[in-house]
Order: sequence, then C-alpha cells, then structure tokens
Amino acid sequence: MSTPLKFYQVGSFAVGNRLIDEADLSVQSSTSRSNSLTSGHRACQGCGEALGARYAIDAAMAATDGKLVAVNATGCLEVFSTPYPETSWRLPWIHSLFGNASAVATGVAAALKAQGKSDIRVVAQGGDGGTVDIGFGPLSGMFERNDDVLYICYDNEAYMNTGVQRSGATPPGARTNTSHAVGEHPGASFTQGKNLPLIAMAHGIPYVATATVADLHDLEAKVKKAMGMRGARYLHILVPCPLGWGSRSEETIKLARLATESGLFPVFEAEYGEITETKKIRRRVRVEEYLKPQKRFAHLFGANGHSEMLSAIQAIADKNVAKFNLWDSEEADTNHG
Amino acid sequence: MFQVRIHGRGGQGVVTAAELLSVAAFQDELFAQAFPSFGSERTGAPVVAFCRISKLQIRSREPVMEPDALIIQDSTLLQSVDVFAGAAPDAFILINSTKSFNELGLEEFFENRQSERSLIVPASEIALRHVGRPLPNAALLGAFAAITELVTLDSVLNAIEERFPAKIAEANADAAREAHEFVLAGRKVAEHASTN
Amino acid sequence: MAETVAACRPAVVCAYPISPQTHIVEALDEIVRLGELGTCQFVNVESEFSAMSVAIGASATGARVYTATASQGLLFMVEPLYNASGLGLPIVMTVANRAIGAPINIWNDHSDSMSQRDSGWIQLYAQDNQTASDLHILAFRIAEEVSLPVMVCMDGFVLTHAVERIDLPEQSEVDQFLPPYTPRQLLDPSDPMSIGAMVGPEAFTEVRYLGHAKQVQALELIPDLAEDFVKLFGRRAGGEHDLDGLVTSYQVDDAEIILVALGSVIGTIKDVVDEMRELGTKVGVLGITSFRPFPLDSVRTSVMHAKKVIVVERAFAPGIGGIVSSNVRTALRDTSIKISTAVAGLGGRPVTIKSIRGVVVQAIDDTLPELTFVDLDVELINRELERNRQQRRSGPMAENLLRDVGSR
Repeated sequence: MSTPLKFYQVGSFAVGNRLIDEADLSVQSSTSRSNSLTSGHRACQGCGEALGARYAIDAAMAATDGKLVAVNATGCLEVFSTPYPETSWRLPWIHSLFGNASAVATGVAAALKAQGKSDIRVVAQGGDGGTVDIGFGPLSGMFERNDDVLYICYDNEAYMNTGVQRSGATPPGARTNTSHAVGEHPGASFTQGKNLPLIAMAHGIPYVATATVADLHDLEAKVKKAMGMRGARYLHILVPCPLGWGSRSEETIKLARLATESGLFPVFEAEYGEITETKKIRRRVRVEEYLKPQKRFAHLFGANGHSEMLSAIQAIADKNVAKFNLWDSEEADTNHG
Repeated sequence: MFQVRIHGRGGQGVVTAAELLSVAAFQDELFAQAFPSFGSERTGAPVVAFCRISKLQIRSREPVMEPDALIIQDSTLLQSVDVFAGAAPDAFILINSTKSFNELGLEEFFENRQSERSLIVPASEIALRHVGRPLPNAALLGAFAAITELVTLDSVLNAIEERFPAKIAEANADAAREAHEFVLAGRKVAEHASTN
Repeated sequence: MAETVAACRPAVVCAYPISPQTHIVEALDEIVRLGELGTCQFVNVESEFSAMSVAIGASATGARVYTATASQGLLFMVEPLYNASGLGLPIVMTVANRAIGAPINIWNDHSDSMSQRDSGWIQLYAQDNQTASDLHILAFRIAEEVSLPVMVCMDGFVLTHAVERIDLPEQSEVDQFLPPYTPRQLLDPSDPMSIGAMVGPEAFTEVRYLGHAKQVQALELIPDLAEDFVKLFGRRAGGEHDLDGLVTSYQVDDAEIILVALGSVIGTIKDVVDEMRELGTKVGVLGITSFRPFPLDSVRTSVMHAKKVIVVERAFAPGIGGIVSSNVRTALRDTSIKISTAVAGLGGRPVTIKSIRGVVVQAIDDTLPELTFVDLDVELINRELERNRQQRRSGPMAENLLRDVGSR
C-alpha cells in the first residue's frame, strides 16, 4: 500500500507537495486530471460520496488513459450529479436502475469486447443499498462470471437519497428512519451484518479492497491497481454522510479516519480470495471517539444512554482488530496523540 | 389432411417420432406439422405428440382429436390413458407389444375394425436387437410407412439419418427397415390366407 | 429461430433459461461457441432482471442485442423493460408466450406479453413459425430505425416446439435488409454523454409523448419495411395473407362475421372459416401482427363492413374482460358493429376447431354473450361459487377447487 509519507496532503500548490516525486503525487493534485465529476453537482456540503467518486473516477481515468465508461446505480451520486438537463460527468455515463448497475456494466463490457474495444474499460458504481441489498443478485452474477468490470460501492451505511432508511450495511445501533432510536432496542439491530468485501472475496475474484475518504491517496492507488487488472474487481469505500449520520460537514474525513482507527472499518486488499495487505491502525481509539460525533448514535450516550450497546460495538471492533490483525501494538506510532 | 397421434411415455422418443415423421413427409414433398402435448419434463410420464401431413398448407394448431393413425409406443398406457379417443373407424393403429390383441384385452375393440389397418409390432424388441435400447420409435415409423403408405420408407430412413449421429442413425434405420419388412410380410401372409 | 437471430448478427446475446424459450438460447450458445458469430458475446446471466439489464448496457454501448424470455421471466424484468424503452434502446426480444402464475402454468397464452402492452415496447405477434422467424429480422430493422425495443411474440410450445417447414433466410439477404447498427448515442469515451438522468415534471411529459410519437411513426414505417422485405425475401414478413405488415386478412372482404385474433390460433380459425364458408356463412378472420402500435386504421378499414366481430383472446383483464377487444372497440368507434369477446386457450387449453365453430354459430344465432370464456366448465365454476356462498374460504382458488373433490 501507499502513503509512505507522514504529512497530510493540503492541495495542489502547497510547498510540501512540490517536493515529492511527481509519480507519488495524487491524481487529483495534477492539473491534467480529467475532472470526470466536475463542479456544479448538487451534493450536500461535506458529502463523502462526492469526494470518493471524484477521486476514484479520476484515478480510473488516469489509469486507463481516459478510456472509461461509467455505469451508475440510482442513488445520491446519480441524483446529485445529473440534475437534468445538466450533468457533472465528463465521461460516458449511464444510469439505468437501482439494482442493475453491475448487470448493465456486464452488458457494456460484453459489447466493447464484441466490438474489439476491450481497451475501453468499465466501472460500475452504487451506494450500499444498491450494492448490498437490491443489487446483490446481479453483483454476485457478475463476480461469478468474472466480467471485466470494477464495481465501486460507496458505503454511507443507509439508503440516504430516499431519506435515511436502514440497509443491509447499516451498522448495529445506528439510528435511521426505519430503525428509530426508540423502544427497548433503539437503532439498527445487532445482526451479523452483510460484509460485502468478504462476500466478494468468497467469490474468488481477482481483486477486492476496502478504502475510505480519509486516505485518498490510498484510494487512488487501489483504483489504479484495480484498473491494471482484468476480470471482476470490487472496491468498497466508506463515505460518511453528514446528513444521514448527523455529523458536521467538515468532519467527514475525520470520521472516516476514526472509523478505521477504531477497528470498525478494516482497510485491506485481497486477491483471489486471500488477503494480501492490511492497513494497520496507527493510533487506536475506542469506538466512542468515532461514534460520539454522530447524532445517529446519540442514544448510546448521556444519562439514559445505552452503554451496553457501546460495549457491544466495542466488542465488534475488537473482533475486527483480532480477525484482520489490524493493530500491532509494538509498531503503533506512539508519537501521534 | 392426415392426422397422426403418438402415445408413449417420457424418454421413449415420442416427440422425436412425430418430428421424424414430419421430416419424412417434407422429403416426400408434403406439408407437415409436428408438435407435442407438453408437460413438465419427466421420464415415464405419459406423453402425446401429434403430426399432421397434407398436400396443402396446414394451418390449424389444435391437438389431433380425430386421428387417422395412432401409434402407441407403450402398451401399458392402455390401462391409464384413453389412447383411442376420437379414432376414426378406419384409422390405422399400430401398437408396440409382443402380446396379441386378446392378451392386451383389445379383442372387442378391434372386432369391428379392418384388420389390415390394425397391427401389433414388437418394436421394442426390434429396437433392442439393432439399437441396444428398447426405443421403439424408429421401428414404429418403419411400420407406419408400410401400413399407411403415406410416407416412403426411404424418407423415413433419410429423416433418421439427418437426425442422429452416424452409428445411431444406422442402427435405428435397421430397426425401421426390419419393422417395415415385418408389416409387409404379415400382409403377404394375410393376403395368402385370404386367397386360399 | 436461433439461426434467424444469428443471421441478424447480434453482437451480444444474454439469456436466462425459462420454458419454453430455452432451446432458442441453447442453440445460440452453440452457434457462438462454434465461432459462427464472430466476436458475438453470449452472456449467461443469473436472472431475467439481469438479462434485460445486460441488454441495456450492451445496446447503449452500440451493440446489436438479443434476448428471449416468457411469462414469469418477462415479469421479473419489468423494471428494466420500461427502462429499455424509456432510453430508446433497439433491443429485440423473443417472448415465447406463456401464462403467468399463480397458479404456475407453463403452457401457452398471451397474458405475459399483454401485461406489458404499455411498456413502450413494440409488440409483434407471429401466426406461425415462418412468420416468427421473419418477424425477428423485421424487428431489428424497425427497432434500429425508430430507436425503440421490439418484442416478437410467438406462442409457447404451440409454435416454439412445433416442427414445420420454413424457409430460412440467406445471410446475404439478411445483411442487405439489416445494415450494421449505427446507434444514435452511445457510451463512447471520444464523445462522452450522460444517459439516464432523472427528468422532472418540466420535461417528462414531452419525453413520454415522444415515445408514443415513435410508436405512431412505426405504424407508417412497418408497412414500408414490409414492402422492402417482400422485395428482398420474396415473401411477406407478416406471413400468409398479410396485408401491410400490421394485420393479416383472410376472407374478410365480404364477411359478415369477422373474427379477430393474434398468434397461432389464427391458423386454426382459418380452417373454421373455410369450413363455414362451404356451408354458406360469410365469415373471415383478421389477424393482428402489430399489437403495439395498434393499427387502428388497418383494423377499421378491414372490418368496418361487417355486422359482427368476435375478438378471440388468449388473455383477459380480470374485473372487466377483453384486452384486445377494447382496442378493437376503439378502432370501430361510431360504427354499429356488434363486438364480442371470446376468451380462449388460457393456460394452454387447446383452442379447437369445434369450439371456434361453436362461437361463430352462437354469433350467427345472436346468442353469443358480450364476454364469453370458451370451453369453460360451467358446472365446476357454479359448484365452487356455491360453496363459497355457503362458507367463505380464503386462499388459492386452484387448491380450493380440489378441497371438496373427496367429499363429493
């Protein structure tokens, strides 16, 4: 994995960036980036998905020399990026339905192959609802056939565009409008969840990776790596949603980082069903630090707070840390507080 | 227009029989139509297939209600299915069996029918000898050609050759030939008997 | 069918198996694997929803696409079905007409395609296998000219599993009739476009109207293309007695009673017509090939002189009655023709010469009700209705029918 340097990116023209080898600069920092999701779209302030999509698609465009077709599921990204008659997309883009982005992408790839244009690549994108729930069947089919498509899931952990309802990706305890924070068991149920990255791995496809908008360089690198391969590939990106999560719009990136550092969102890569790389936690935090800034978890805190749920969520985090070997306490960077 | 109805059980090649017959008819420059009465695929279940043959274009799609010829590939159906439903008094009837009309319990039924149009053919046995499996359809078609003279044996043989891979086609063609011979021989005996 | 479709040179074939269309796609898989279709991609999808979705992606990328389905499969792809027509993608699909459950029924009727008559797809119905084959060629041409998807409907089992003589088109003939697909817009990095945006109230009506306008345009186009077809292939794509590619007309010109029907039952009705003409009854049959767009003018012109019209339908609208007949009524508005609906052949019940004859005789005697279900077991129905009056019973009608069988 990348990000060997320990200072933050602060933008294209910051002094610090000019000192790096150009090859290590992010795609976004380049003035010749394709700007595939250009400004003017209607996303909320602080939208993690807009950020993730912009980085991901530009990285894919850079990796494919601009020969890319995007297929989009119904959802926030589709809606805010194409307010008819305008569009923010500067690459060929199609939106069909909610659950069929993967199948449509399969069709695009098949057509390109039939036309002898396999140098043009295909990326499919959808939210967690469109990927994990309604789009699950076709996605599995795409994996099984090993169709030459990179599927990117932007996971904000609920059906956001329709007004914040729970999806199969909603974490336990989270408040949504179909898992209200009322009654004996407030928030989303404590089920075993639906871990799409692991399910993708179980299909044995060439490449599976998770990423967040907290480490955009890493995200770009993973997209680049994925586009260097053929066959079915899956990228699952955690993208906080200020509106749905009840968080401050300027804290989107910070929350994504806390999700990783708490152990609740493991960041790793896998090839053909085996994990190849894991991003270690630098500064381990307790889940509270991640959950407290989000109003969707407010019912866990305070005088009447459900502290037992907090413990349960901490247990999930601990389990992840152990399972994915996320934290080597000896190697942890103790210089950063 | 000549209408044929073929009864049998799933796995006995009933549908194939109807199709082969229609192809044989094409070869004899007739119009033909073959289609099954379909059920869910299942070996052993009763199956019916139809074939219409005519000098004129065939337009109707209804099942054959009044067959001019009946081919019964499996005599055990006689107990459970009304295979003779709608059969014209002078319809040709071919039954695959080694038993006699009496043994099959059909003597009454066949009392009033023209004996040269009703025939029992040991088609499964013939098939076993040539094809190695008791698939009576090809043999019965050979017998059909002989008894009805509606299609020629040659056309039946051509249809078989077109349909199956070489070795299997040959074996089935032999079975068809033998059954054809069987019918003609039986005729000769009957003619001989009646002229004496 | 597979051979004809292959001759149309599809670039992508995507299919999910369902009786009774399976052997068409099986044959296409073989054709593709043997390299007979060049770079054509055959995609084995995991559901009909995906089949239509794959078709959408491929068509939007500029490939000529084919798929096939029936019954439950058609319903499972309804969402992308509307998507395809809304996006103006010239996909061609065979619908092997089969009943829709519950109760599950694999046999032929028109309820599947009829349920999608308003999907924006052009619907063509084949009267026999020659027509079924030829209509596919016509379908690709129509689709690509008006930029609308086309479904070619052929009766499941009755046609799909029938063996009959047909003339297969020559590849050169098909190539002449069907030039390579040049799409209006496609997903091309050298000229990027965004397809499928959300259209609000300010423009949606216009978009929908244009879909309708295109169908109306097809009404003009189909007869022209039908003429082109004859010139090239020497026979009419709409089949025997085809008038203009939209309707077929047999013994209609001086008929007093005209039957109107779609699909293979037309053939059976023609035999009844011949029989009854021998006996002096002036009867004829009008077959509808293009059900969507509905040929109001052709139907009106052909049938206007008749006294009675019987619409034979293999589907119906529960709660009201005929589907095709209501369209026929529109065509015959402001005439004094008596129009009856005869629902026949549901779920594969054979439509026999005898029963059609019976319906016509009733019409002659003026005893034919406005809506009749041919060959209905009235006794069984009445018994069941009486039972229901005695004791309300919820649940499936089919199973309820069986419940008292033992107690009789």
